[in-house]
Formats: sequence, C-alpha cells, structure tokens
Amino acid sequence: MSRIGNTPSMSEITPEKFYLQRREFIKNSLLFAATSTGVGSTLLWLMRGLRAKDHEKAAATVTPDVNAALNVTRHLDYASGEKNTSYNGVTNYNNFYEFGTDKSDPAANAGTLKPRPWQVTIEGEVARPQVFEIDELIKSFPLEERVYRMRCVEAWSMVIPWVGFPLGDLLKRVEPTSRAKYVAFKSLLDPQQMPGQRTDLLQWPYVEGLRIDEAMHPLTIMAVGLYGKRLPNQDGAPIRLVVPWKYGFKGIKSIVNIRLMEEQPPTSWNIAAPDEYGFYANVNPAVDHPRWSQATERRIGEYHRRPTLPFNGYSDQVSGLYAGMDLRRFF
Amino acid sequence: MAMSGRKSPIPWLKPAVLTGSLVPIAAILLRAWRDELGPDPIAQALNQLGLIALIFLIAALGCTPLKTIFGWTWPMRIRRMLGLLAFFYAVLHVITYTVLDQGLDWHAILDDIVKRKFIFFGFSTFVLLIPLAATSTNSALRRLGYVRWKQLHRLAYLAPALAVLHFIWRVKLDVREPVAYGLVLAALLSARLADYMRDRKTLLTREI
Repeated sequence: MSRIGNTPSMSEITPEKFYLQRREFIKNSLLFAATSTGVGSTLLWLMRGLRAKDHEKAAATVTPDVNAALNVTRHLDYASGEKNTSYNGVTNYNNFYEFGTDKSDPAANAGTLKPRPWQVTIEGEVARPQVFEIDELIKSFPLEERVYRMRCVEAWSMVIPWVGFPLGDLLKRVEPTSRAKYVAFKSLLDPQQMPGQRTDLLQWPYVEGLRIDEAMHPLTIMAVGLYGKRLPNQDGAPIRLVVPWKYGFKGIKSIVNIRLMEEQPPTSWNIAAPDEYGFYANVNPAVDHPRWSQATERRIGEYHRRPTLPFNGYSDQVSGLYAGMDLRRFF
Repeated sequence: MAMSGRKSPIPWLKPAVLTGSLVPIAAILLRAWRDELGPDPIAQALNQLGLIALIFLIAALGCTPLKTIFGWTWPMRIRRMLGLLAFFYAVLHVITYTVLDQGLDWHAILDDIVKRKFIFFGFSTFVLLIPLAATSTNSALRRLGYVRWKQLHRLAYLAPALAVLHFIWRVKLDVREPVAYGLVLAALLSARLADYMRDRKTLLTREI
C-alpha cells in the first residue's frame, strides 16, 4: 500500500478548494472546542467562589475515633417526633468560620483540629475553679441523647440527636458564687489547627455567653456527640454548647474555657455586627434580621419553608426566663 | 477573494461562547439530579444562578473597553448574547426564588421586596433587565432609533451595580467575593467614564 512511487490517480486527489475548507473546518472546530471549554470551565471555577481549595480530600479528613460509640443512658426527644436531619446533612453543612465561611468548608478543612488531648477550664465567680480533662469530664456524667430542633439565624434548620449532659450539672460542680450572673465561653485559639483564624472576619477566639439562669436551664446542654457517636470536628469537637431555643450561632464550638462573671460578657457575632446579632438571640419569628425575614425557615432535606416557632418551639419551657422583657429590644 | 461569501470571519465564536455559557445551568441541573447540590440544594442553586447572572452582566460591560483599549472587535460580536445570557440566568434565579424557595407565597415575596433592601436591589436589577432584553433585537433598535435605544441601554451600567449591592447585603459577614466583583465592575465603569470624558474633550476641541 505505502509503496514509494504509487501515485494516486487524479480522481483521488482532493481539490485544493476542499482541502482548504477542510483545514478551515478543523481549525474552526478546534477553536470552537477550546473556546467553549475555556468559557465553561471559567464559569465553573467562578461558581466555586471562595470555597476552600479541594473539597475532594474531605473524605480523608475523618476525625479519629469519631465512630467511637458513646455510652448513652437515656433518650429524650424534644423535637416532637420529627424526622432527624441526615448524618450527612448534620456533618456537611456547618457554619464554623474557624475552618472557612462556606458551609461545606468545615467538613473539608476541620481535619487539622486535634480534639484530644483537650482541657476545659472553668473559673471566675466559682468556689471551686477546675481544669477538666475531656475524657474524664465525659465519663463523669451520665450521657443523654437529646433530640433538638436547631434553627440557624440564616433561616434554615435541622433536627439533631445530640449526645451530652446539662450545662447546669457541670456548673454545680464548680459551685458558682452569688456574684455569678453570666457565663462566658471561649473556643480554642490556634490558627495552626483552625486556619480560618488567620483571617480577621470575626475576632478570635470565638466567644459566647449566657445569662446564669439560661445556662442553668435543663434544656441547655454541653454536647459531646451526635447520632450516638463522638462529635465530628466540623460540629465542634470535642465539646460544644447547645441552647435549642436560641439561634445556632449561640452554640459555641470546641470550648476550652468557661468563666462565670458578674457582667454580661461580649459575644462574637454581636461584636461583628451589633445591629444584627444580639446577646440573647432567641429564635423569634416576629423580630426579623435587619436584612432578611425570620418568619419562616427551611428544614434541611425539605423543600417547603415552614413557619418558625417562637423560642424555636420551646416557649413552654423557656418563655418564663424572659417575662417582662422587650424581646424586640433584647434581640 | 478566495473566501468570499463567508458570513463571519470568526464563525465559531458565538456558538462556542454560547455552549460554554450553558455549562453552569447544565452543571446545576446535573448536580440537582445527582443530589450533589449539598444539604440545602435550593439555596445552592439560587446563589449560583444569581452569581452567573452577575458574571454575564459584568462580562457584557467588558466588551466596549476591550475594543477601546486593545482594539479588539470580536467582543462586540458577542455583547448582545452576553446580555441575553445574563437575563436568562436572572430569570432562572428569580424563578428559583419565587417558585422553589418561597413556594409562590406572593405575600412573603412582596414583603421581602418591600422590607429587605438586598431583595429590593435584586428585584430592581431584574426589572431593569426586562426592557433591555425586550429591545435586544435589531428590529427593536430600528423601531426605537439608535439614540433612544442607546439611552435605554445605559441601564446596563446600573443593573450590575445594583446586583453587586444585592450580593454584598446578602452575605452574612464575608464580603470578599461580592467586593471582588464590585471592583471589576468599578474598573469597567471607570474605563467607560474615561472614554466618555475623552470623547467629549475631542468634540469640544473640534468645535473650537
């Protein structure tokens, strides 16, 4: 076939005109392919926004021992039998700015957090200040599963089976003095473990606070797990606050310090935007966020919005704490 | 000329840009189908459609500066298409908000538009785009006359500015991304302003 000197007959030769058209066609096809790919991939890249580098490695950063089962002694459902939000939802849709501002960032980036060894200091207006080693602390309480609704200030919500113990039981151990009117909480400060702390979006460490009666309320818990297992890093390992009638940002994560105080402590989101986030931050459909409505919420995993309930549905238990207070002023 | 009769010197340009520009909607639909839009898929689709609409609004404004600064004429060939793509994604964004997010609760939607400045600005952007899309055809240009058409289409400067405000007020704290788009937009608008000033100067000099 490829014998040298085998000249094709005239009829087999492509006329120059078509030859040029073919080249033109190939050239245009390549330019079309390159341009459409370029435009498409640029748009896909922009759609990722500021989201952290590669979320693909998320699967690799599973918290060690996260599957270690916790010894739960009793189960209490405070969400009227509503369906739990999937484990996948609870652990992949988090606001934890220490690991990035996109809700998928914490699941991807929180692998750098080391939840063991860990100590929690309780001090201030207490008779017996103490430093607790985390596993000793967890072992010293009968753990309860508490199924709570969680309402984020961004108007989405979840139902989460937390595992933990009442904060009040912990505080009783350190014997608050009569001057203990407030409880201040502090998260870990360590930009090595928490890369988001290298930005100054919020003041670090994250701080939160409760009034002492809110802290002692039986619904207020320190959570150390969810779905019967240890807290994943992105959900605030190894120990976090859960106050089910308040917006989610009150639930400070990865706590290292608890201080009882006479004065109301500063709180992170209030420092960042005082007109938008108050100290109390009770879930209240009647008081809108200055920029969006709080009247409805979307439960993660559902399509239709549902009305938001006063105190996130825990009015019967907690509205007494705020009797006589103007909840528009103390938002 | 050997190649006479050819309509466009770059016949692949428009189809290529259009194909690439439909990648975002294809990606969103595919991810929705595969349940990969994350735990709050409506919010995710809503945000991404809005972002793409803004990107096209800004891209459409980039065409003239590319011509004046680099002398490129090809961006002008796709300017109308970029504007219409912006409108297309804006419509999808608005449909996602009204139908999927709010479930056609017109009372809540009206309340949002009146009370929330971020939604008011987003809604205003959309309203401004309607006459622009409606008069995007050659026949509309002829009907209106070039001067009036051009005046009307100056809304294309205002729309992305409102969209950026909509974006900035929407985010909770981290405004880096919307501010980045705002800076690009500001640069493009300054380029246009510089052109305008220079043209005016030339005109004045000629008159003298």
